[in-house]
Amino acid sequence: MKKLTKILSLLLIAAMLLAFAACANTDTNDTTDPTTTADSSSTNPSEISSETLKVPDDFKVGILHISSVAIQSGYTWAHHKGFLEMVSTLGVKESQIVVKDDVPDNDVTKTKQALQEMVDADCDLIFATSYNYMNTVKEFADEYPDVIFSHCSGYLSNDKNFNNYFGRIYEARYLSGIAAGLKMKEDGKKIAGYVAAMNNQNAEVTGGINAFALGIQSVLPDAEVKVKVTGSWYAPEQEGAAAQALIDAGAYVIAQHCDTENPQLKASDGKVFGVGYNTDMTTEATKNSHIIAPIWNWGVYYTEATKAVINGTWKSVNYYGGTKEGLIGLSPLNTAVAAKDTQTAIDAAKAKILDGSLIVFDKGLTKADGSIIDHALTDEEITGKIDYYIKGVSLL
Amino acid sequence: MDNAINFINAALFAGTPLLFGTLGELISEKAGCLNLGVEGMMWVGAFAGFFAALQTGSAMLSLLAAFGAAALCAAVYAFLTVTLRANQNVTGLTLTTFGVGLSLVLGSAMCQANGGAPNLPGSFRDKIAAFKIPIPGSGDDVVKLAVYPLTIFAIVLCISAAVFYKKTRHGLSVRASGENPAAADAAGVNVSAMKYASIILGGGICGIGGAFMSLVTANGAWMPAGIVNGFGWIAVALVIFVRWKPMLAILGAFVFGAFQSMRYYIPDSVISIPNAFYQMLPFVLTLIVLIVTSMRKSVHAGEPAAIGVNYYREER
Repeated sequence: MKKLTKILSLLLIAAMLLAFAACANTDTNDTTDPTTTADSSSTNPSEISSETLKVPDDFKVGILHISSVAIQSGYTWAHHKGFLEMVSTLGVKESQIVVKDDVPDNDVTKTKQALQEMVDADCDLIFATSYNYMNTVKEFADEYPDVIFSHCSGYLSNDKNFNNYFGRIYEARYLSGIAAGLKMKEDGKKIAGYVAAMNNQNAEVTGGINAFALGIQSVLPDAEVKVKVTGSWYAPEQEGAAAQALIDAGAYVIAQHCDTENPQLKASDGKVFGVGYNTDMTTEATKNSHIIAPIWNWGVYYTEATKAVINGTWKSVNYYGGTKEGLIGLSPLNTAVAAKDTQTAIDAAKAKILDGSLIVFDKGLTKADGSIIDHALTDEEITGKIDYYIKGVSLL
Repeated sequence: MDNAINFINAALFAGTPLLFGTLGELISEKAGCLNLGVEGMMWVGAFAGFFAALQTGSAMLSLLAAFGAAALCAAVYAFLTVTLRANQNVTGLTLTTFGVGLSLVLGSAMCQANGGAPNLPGSFRDKIAAFKIPIPGSGDDVVKLAVYPLTIFAIVLCISAAVFYKKTRHGLSVRASGENPAAADAAGVNVSAMKYASIILGGGICGIGGAFMSLVTANGAWMPAGIVNGFGWIAVALVIFVRWKPMLAILGAFVFGAFQSMRYYIPDSVISIPNAFYQMLPFVLTLIVLIVTSMRKSVHAGEPAAIGVNYYREER
C-alpha cells in the first residue's frame, strides 16, 4: 500500500511538471498571433522584395506591455499591433519574439523579473512601452551593454544602448480640432469639451489640449474649449461623469485624453459629437456622434528600429516621429456626422504640416493669461514644458 | 436651476451602485457578518450581468445572472465563516481579491473571443435607460430629471428592508442573530440559517450594483481593466456612515454620489481645489461620523453588537 502511494505521488509530481512545462510553452505561443508570423515573406511579397533584409536566426526581439494583449483595444493593443506589424513586415519568426504583458509599471519587482527573463532569453532588442518602466530599463541598459533597450514616452537615454521614442500626437490633435471646429461652425456652436486625464502640469496632456483648441480656432476663431480633469489615466466612471458635466455645460464636441471610450459613449447619449483617442472610436454605439480620432501607428517605429538593429545601423538617438513619418495619424473620418468638406480641410492642413508651412505651436501664441509666446516652441518645450492653456481654453 | 438638476442627475447616477452595495453589505452586517468582499462581489456581478446581457439581450436575465453569480460568491463566504468559522475579515478580503481577479480573467477571455472589448446593442441599453421627467420651470426644455429604473428598484429594496427589520418577526430574528447570537439561539432562532440567508441575499444585491456599473455607468461597453474600481469599498464605509439603517442608506448613497460628481459641477472659476480633495471627502465624512458616534457612546449607534464575531454554540 505504502509503495503504491509513493508511486502515485511520483506520478502526480511528474504530471505536474509536465503541466508546468506545457504552460510555459503555451505562454510564448499565446502571446503571438500565429497568422501574422506564419511565413510572412509570401503574404507580404511587395514589402520584402524591396528589402534585402535577412533576419539572422539568432536575432531576438522582445516587448514589455503594461496590460494584457488579449484585450485587443486601447493603449497596449495599439503598441502590440505595431509590434506584430513589424514582425510580419520583416519576417521575424515566432520563435524570435518574446512578449511580456500585464506587467504593472509601478511594480519594480515584476518589471525587473520580466526584463530579466527577456535578457535571459537572449533578446537583442527590447521595447518597453510604459512610462514608469523607465528607471528599471535604465538599470538594465547599464548592466547589459550588448542588449538594446528602447523605452516609450520617457526622457532617459544613454548614448550607447538605450533610447526613448514618442511622437507628435499634437499634430493629429490639431487636425482633429479642425473637424470639431467645422462641426461646431456648421451648427452654430461655440463650446467644445475636453476630458483630460491630468492637469496642466502634464505637458503631453496640456499640449494636446492646446493643439486641439488651435485646430478648432483655425476654423472658428472665437471658439472655447472647456477642460475637466479626472486625475487618472484610467477611470471609466470618472471619465463618464466629466463628459456628462461638459455636456451639461453646453459642450457640443467632446474630445478626450484618457483611456476608455466612455466620454464618447456619453457624447452619443447626450446627442452631441465626439473626438476620440488612441483607436478609431467610431463603433456601432457611437456611429451617430463620433467624428474622428487621433491615433498612433507604432508599427512605423518598431519596423524602423528593428531593421536598424538587424542591419547594425542602430544608434542611440531619441525618436520623436510625427505625421511625416506616419507614426501619427487619424482614424477614418466618419462622413455620416462630419461637417461638409471636413476631409478637404484636414487634407489641406495636413499637407501644410508635411511641407513645413504649418507649425502647430508657432510663435505668437497667446496664453490664457494674455501673454504672448515670442518663439516657436522647441521639441524640448513641447515634450516637457507646456504647463499653460492657450487663449480660449479654460478649466470648467 | 438647470445646473442643480444636472447635478442631482449626476448624484443619482453615481449613487445608485453605491446604494446597492451599501444595502447588500448592510443586510449581511445586520446578521453579524462583516463581509469585506463587497468589491469582489460587485466585480463578479459586473461581469456576470454584462455577459448575460451580451448573450441573451434580456435585462431581467442579466440582473438575475449578476445576482446569482455574486450570491454564489457570498455563499462561499457564508460556508467559510458560518459553517467553518473562518475569520470574517480575512475571508472577505480574499473574496475581494478573488472576485476582482475572476472578473478580469473572464473579461479578458471574453474580449479575446470577441476580438476586442464588446459593446451592448442600443436595443438592450434602451431597456434599462432612465426615465426623463421634465422639470416645469427649468429654463431649457432639454433639462430633465433622469431616473433609472434600477435606482427606483434600489430605493424600494431599502424601504422593504427597513420594514422587514422593524416590523416582522423574521426581521427581529435576524437582528438578534447579529446582536446576540447566543440569546437568539436560546430563543429558538436558527442563527446559522439567518446568517446564511443574509449573507447570500446581501451578496446578490451587491452583484446588481456591479451590474449597474457595467451596464449603465459604462454605457454598455466592457471596460477591460474594470469599472467598479473602489465603489465596493466606499459602500463598506457607507454602511458605517448610515449607522446600519436601510432608510438612511438611501440618503447616504446619494450624498456620496454627490461627492463623487461634485468636482465636475463646481466651476473652477468659483473655487479651485485639487481633485484629490473631492475624492477624499466621502471618507473624511465617514471618519467624522465614526468619531462623533463613538464619542456619544450611544446604545442606539446601530452597530450590531456581534459583528465580525463568529458564533460557536459550544462556547455559550
